[in-house]
Amino acid sequence: MEHLNYVYSQGTAYEKQALKDVSLEIPQGQFAGIIGHTGSGKSTLIQHLNGLLRASSGALYYDGKNIYDNGYPLRELRSQVGLVFQYPEHQLFEVDVFTDVCFGPKNQGLSAEECEARAREALELVGFPEKYYRQSPFELSGGQKRRAAIAGVLAMRPRVLVLDEPTAGLDPKGRDDILEQVAHLHAQTGMTVVLVSHSMEDIARYVERIIVMNQGEKMLDDTPRNVFSHYRELEQVGLAAPQVTYMMHDLKERGLGVCTDVTTVEEAADEIVRAVGSGSL
Amino acid sequence: MIRDITIGQYYPAKSCIHRLDPRVKIVCTLLFLISLFVQNSVLGYGIATLYLAVVIKASRVPLKFIVKGLKAIVVLLLFTVCMQLFLTRGGRDLVHFWIFHITENGLRTAVFMAVRLIYLIMGSSIMTFTTTPNGLTDGIESLLRPLNRFRVPVHEVAMMMSIALRFIPLLLEETDKIMKAQIARGADLESGNLIQRTKAMVPILIPLFVSAFRRANDLAMAMESRCYNGGENRTKMKPLIYRGRDYTAYTATIVYLAAVFVLGRFVPFHLWIF
Repeated sequence: MEHLNYVYSQGTAYEKQALKDVSLEIPQGQFAGIIGHTGSGKSTLIQHLNGLLRASSGALYYDGKNIYDNGYPLRELRSQVGLVFQYPEHQLFEVDVFTDVCFGPKNQGLSAEECEARAREALELVGFPEKYYRQSPFELSGGQKRRAAIAGVLAMRPRVLVLDEPTAGLDPKGRDDILEQVAHLHAQTGMTVVLVSHSMEDIARYVERIIVMNQGEKMLDDTPRNVFSHYRELEQVGLAAPQVTYMMHDLKERGLGVCTDVTTVEEAADEIVRAVGSGSL
Repeated sequence: MIRDITIGQYYPAKSCIHRLDPRVKIVCTLLFLISLFVQNSVLGYGIATLYLAVVIKASRVPLKFIVKGLKAIVVLLLFTVCMQLFLTRGGRDLVHFWIFHITENGLRTAVFMAVRLIYLIMGSSIMTFTTTPNGLTDGIESLLRPLNRFRVPVHEVAMMMSIALRFIPLLLEETDKIMKAQIARGADLESGNLIQRTKAMVPILIPLFVSAFRRANDLAMAMESRCYNGGENRTKMKPLIYRGRDYTAYTATIVYLAAVFVLGRFVPFHLWIF
C-alpha cells in the first residue's frame, strides 16, 4: 500500500480527509494489529484492503498487482482478503447458521457439496458447537453470533483475514475466546491476519506488529515491545499502553531493576520474579 | 453510493435563511407552492423565478446541490411532460405525424407543468436544506397545535415524524454497512436480470429489517426509562419565538404573492404562444 489518501464526501460541506498518505506493507503470514482512537481512520483503512473503498489517490498492491488497474478482478480479491466488519453478526440473514455460512462459498460459484464442506470446516475453525448448526442465527448469544459471522467469512478460504474490532460489545470471556480462536487460526492455517482494535491489552498478547493510527496518519509501526516504549506519546493521542507497561515503569522508578519492555502479564510476572530473585532490590 | 441522494437533507451553512424561524419557512414554502399552482402566466412564473433565485442566493446553498435533488424526479418529470404534450387537445397543431399531435395548448401545459414540478422540488428542498429535521418538526408541531382542540395528537405525530427523520441517515448508514459486508462475502448486487437482482437484495433487506426493529426497540426502551409520556405539560429547551427577521420574511412572501396575482392576472404580457 503506497501513499494512500482517502477523502470522504469530496466536494461537499461534509468533506473530510480520513487517510493521509498512509503507506504500509503486510507480508504473507503476518499477524498484524492496527490500533487507533475512534475516528483515527482504522476502519477506513481496512476497507481499502479488499477494494470496498477506492483511494482518492495512491496505489494498493496485492501480490504485486495494483488493484486499481483496469480489469483487476475485485471479486477475486474479495474472496482472498476476507473482511470481518464491526458487529459482523448484523450481516446474518439466513434461516439457519449453516446456510448463512454457505453464502460466501456459494457466491464463489462452488458446488453445493463443496460449500457445505467449507462451511463445516469454517465453523469448526471458530469453535462453533455443532448442535447449533441448524438454529436460526437470531436466536444465538452474542458471542456465538459473532463466531458464526466470522465463519461466514472464513468459509471463503481467504488468504488474508481482516477483523475490525472483533471483540466490541462482548464480555471479557467472549472477548478472550474470540481472540484466542483467531490466534489459533493464525497458528494453524498460517494465513495473514490483520486485527483492528482500540484496546492495547487485546492486541499486545497476540500480534507480531502494531500499526498505530492517529487522525488518518500512520503514527507508529513496530513490534509491540517497541511501540509500548513510546507510551507517553500514545497517551497524548488518547491511547494507552497495557497496564503492565505502566506497572513495570513504576517499579523501575522505585528502584526495582526490571526490564520495562514486557508486553503481557505472564512476561511481567517472570520478569519481576527474575529481578527480585537476582537481589537487585 | 446511497449518500448521493440530496433531497430532504440538511445543508449546514450560516445564512439569514438558516436562521429564520422554522414556522416561517414552512408557511412561506407552502405559500410559494400554492402560488405555483394557481397561476398560469409567463409573468407570474418570471416573478416566481426571481423569488426563488433570491432565496437560493440568500441561503448560501450551492445551486449544484439543489439541482442534484432534481435527479430523483427526472422520470416523473419526463412522464408528465410527455403526457401533457401528446394528449392535450385544442389550439393549433404545431407538429403532426402519424397519430401524434402536438398542439399549442399541449406545449403550453407541458412547459408550465415542467416548471411547476421543478420549482416545487427546488422550493421544498430549499426548506429542508436550511432547516434541521428537529427545527422542521418543532415548526410543524407548533403550526398544527390548534388541531389539539379536535383531539388530534399533534405532539405525538410530531414526535413520530422527528424519529422517522432521525432514522433516515441511521438506516442509510446501516444499509451501506450491510451492503459492504455482503459484498465482502462475495455478494453480487450489480449484475443479472431483474429477478436475480431482487434476490440479491434479500441478504441486505433481512439484516436491515432486523436492525431497524432492534433500534426501534432500543429507542422505545430508552424513552420509557426516562419516563417519556407525550406532550402534556412538556416544555421546550428552545421555544420558537418570532423575531424581526421572521416578520420581514413574511412580508416579503406576501408581497411576492400579491405581485404574482396582480401582475400575473392583470398585466397583459405574452411571449409567442404563452
